[in-house]
Amino acid sequence: MELIFHRKVLIIVMSTNNKKVQLAIIGGGPAGMSAAVAAHEAGVRDILILERDQRLGGILPQCIHNGFGLHRFGEELTGPEYARRYSELVRKYEIPYMLNTTVLSLTRDRKITAVSESEGLFNIEADAVILAMGCRERPRGALNIAGSRPAGIYSAGTAQKFVNMKGYLPGKSVVILGSGDIGLIMARRMTLEGAEVKAVCELMPYSGGLARNIEQCLNDFSIPLKFSHTVVKIHGEKRLSGVTIAAVDENRRPIEGSEEFIECDTLLLSVGLIPENELTRGADIELDSVTGGAKVDQNRQTDAEGIFACGNVLHVHDLVDYVSEEAAIAGKAAADFIFGKKSEKISIKLNCDGKVRYTVPRVITEAKDVNVYFRVSNVFRDSYIVVKDGENEIFRRKKIKFAPGEMETVKITEAMIKNAKGDTLSLSIE
Amino acid sequence: MQRYDIAIIGAGVVGAMIARTLSAYKLKICILEKENDVSMGASKANSAIVHAGFDAAVGSLKAKLNVRGSEMMEDVARELGVKYKRVGSLVVGFSEDDRKVLEKLLERGIENGVKDLRIIGKEELHEIEPNLSDEASSALVAPTGAIICPYGLTIAAIGNAMDNGAELMCDFEVSDITDVGDAYEIKSSDGQTVSASKVINCAGIYSDKIAAMVGDNSISITPRRGEYILLDRDCGTFFNHTVFTVPTPLGKGILISPTADGNLILGPTAENIDEKDDRSTTSSGLAAVTAAAKKDAPNVPLNKAITSFTGLRAVGNTGDFIIRPFGDKFINVAGIESPGLSAAPAIALYVKDILAELGVKFTENESFNPIRKSYHFFKELSEDDKREYIKAHPAFGKIVCRCETISEGEIIDALTRNPRATDIDGVKRRTRSGMGRCQGGFCMPSVTEIIAREYGCPFTTVTKNGGDSVINISKTK
Repeated sequence: MELIFHRKVLIIVMSTNNKKVQLAIIGGGPAGMSAAVAAHEAGVRDILILERDQRLGGILPQCIHNGFGLHRFGEELTGPEYARRYSELVRKYEIPYMLNTTVLSLTRDRKITAVSESEGLFNIEADAVILAMGCRERPRGALNIAGSRPAGIYSAGTAQKFVNMKGYLPGKSVVILGSGDIGLIMARRMTLEGAEVKAVCELMPYSGGLARNIEQCLNDFSIPLKFSHTVVKIHGEKRLSGVTIAAVDENRRPIEGSEEFIECDTLLLSVGLIPENELTRGADIELDSVTGGAKVDQNRQTDAEGIFACGNVLHVHDLVDYVSEEAAIAGKAAADFIFGKKSEKISIKLNCDGKVRYTVPRVITEAKDVNVYFRVSNVFRDSYIVVKDGENEIFRRKKIKFAPGEMETVKITEAMIKNAKGDTLSLSIE
Repeated sequence: MQRYDIAIIGAGVVGAMIARTLSAYKLKICILEKENDVSMGASKANSAIVHAGFDAAVGSLKAKLNVRGSEMMEDVARELGVKYKRVGSLVVGFSEDDRKVLEKLLERGIENGVKDLRIIGKEELHEIEPNLSDEASSALVAPTGAIICPYGLTIAAIGNAMDNGAELMCDFEVSDITDVGDAYEIKSSDGQTVSASKVINCAGIYSDKIAAMVGDNSISITPRRGEYILLDRDCGTFFNHTVFTVPTPLGKGILISPTADGNLILGPTAENIDEKDDRSTTSSGLAAVTAAAKKDAPNVPLNKAITSFTGLRAVGNTGDFIIRPFGDKFINVAGIESPGLSAAPAIALYVKDILAELGVKFTENESFNPIRKSYHFFKELSEDDKREYIKAHPAFGKIVCRCETISEGEIIDALTRNPRATDIDGVKRRTRSGMGRCQGGFCMPSVTEIIAREYGCPFTTVTKNGGDSVINISKTK
């Protein structure tokens, strides 16, 4: 492969249809860029990022609100600014990347088929691969809402793309179903564009979004947030004319008699994100049924040797800062793999009690400190995160409130791992 | 005013197959469609099954045309580049009473001329369909049953007819038909007029209204709502066959079947309704579909639903297809409920025979080409051929829909080939862009942009499915 430098942008000229690289990174969003930077800093020089969009940054360029980077950079950045911090590093390190390039398939032995307008269809063989494809939004169909199928129903991220990237407004009177962060952000964004957001309905009795977004995006604009409510019917033939909402009982079933019609021309859905694992599945990599992402160890290595996963393709994060942090772990680990660094292998599984829905990683293979990410299944007040080795409690920490919308971490120390009597540590909320 | 030999009212699968069949002859044909695209009624929302033909009453038109249509379908699908798979169908019984029904169906099927039918017991049944409920005890196997993409077939048949000279007029809602002696003058609600020597009424649930316009008040059509749930492509191998349960008076019950595109379809309900254009789903209907599906297969992955929809079958007042002339220049093709899709190629030949009886002369159209390139031709190329094709046509290297891996080249193809897609849903039905698990969340902004660019129209005029169904209402501030 020949590299040409052109106005600081790398253009790759493909001489044949088959390429070899040390590290291929699928996805040039926050995860892919952070992984690339970490791998470069760990000494890998033969890296290729494959990005399907026309720019690096993934979803960040359309996230023009601020609030990014508080943990990572200690300052409040917008999405595009946060992306630029990393894309500047990618360019500074002269890490090659290809834009407008879609990966079509991946095999367990790390062969990639990709396609682009300029390069056509080509294959890459990589010593290591990092999966950083991000996630997608759950559609209306996943909810089976009754009624008609008019225009005017969008996932919140699609509406965000129309407004922030294309410069068009999907509608002027809006109901939002789901209080995920993108929905909350879009409630404010649509309001600022002159639309009236009539209500945000949340099926659960709590929000899946960040507390700060409920304050800044709803309360500051007097937008009502209706907990334990859902949309039960969609009205309108060609364009949405309204929705019927209803309160739901503790089993999330609509309560008869509580129906209310709201006239609107737009329904935005913020009802969950699904890691985008088509390629992962195609490579026959084992997935976690709770997260929808690959099962990984503390290095974010999947069950396919040399294939790592990080960011929202692994599990949905609430802050990009954590995506970058996790991707750096994967980038460094991929470098170690490429350079053949071996360490003594152990295997400690991490179990959850259901109140802890999942952990990343699922298994620990080295005796060193590991930050374990986890999410809870409900709101728990004045509770403890407890780590047990068999029946033996080895760690306990109190928190005033655990909420499903906020990712938590707990440090499993080298000592805990070395002293473990069995091959499993259990996490629970008590 | 344009004068045609043949005017076909309605661009559903029946009108489409008739148009294509007639386009093989030197006839001036127009197809009048009230919607802004073809295949907008029952043809786009049905079970997508080519029935073997054991259901319909012995001696009925339904039976005759179903069996013949089913035999013709594989060739038709191949010529038109439409996805078709002969997966076979099962009618599953849960009790001794059910078994008796299966035996009757077997008997009827044999009389109707359906080939290779047989009844199997519990063990073999669970061997070929391991995901079936343990309660299922016997089944009628019909190896000739198949699955097909119904809107794909309709669009391709219209496109092929157009390529062979037929004219399609969309947004032509017939409001009045006048007998002028040797022809009918057909007016649309927005003031267009065409005239035709022969008129063929394929107006689906509106075919009673069209018949009444020429004075035939003998037909009445009841819309029968059928609700469906479609599951992700992950689930396409859940069943290997189309799985029915024993039929009820209202229809063949709720089926579970792989689709030709690899999804799993569940449905339909059967509910007679009054409104001819109420295509809404209901919470009770969707609940009935899930309940029935769970009974047949308790572990059916309902959490993998990607969309749900309603189709309206045009149920006639005779219990059979109503295919007959009215006077010497009008033919009703009405009441084409199930197995209408399966029968469509045979219906077209049957109508051709009636036209001959009414005096239409059939001279071969020497330039007739029965072959149409599939919208999915690119996907079917070998890797090397794809590589070469992208070199010549780079837009095929730009992926727009990530769930279904659809390129910009395929979308432009759908916007330029007969019959041209004009909106988001039209592109979706032709290419599958937006039909995957994110249901267009990712690709819709790009498809909107491509439509605006290809048609040279403003972004805010791009619609989901014509009329007021705009995607965006204005520019941002």
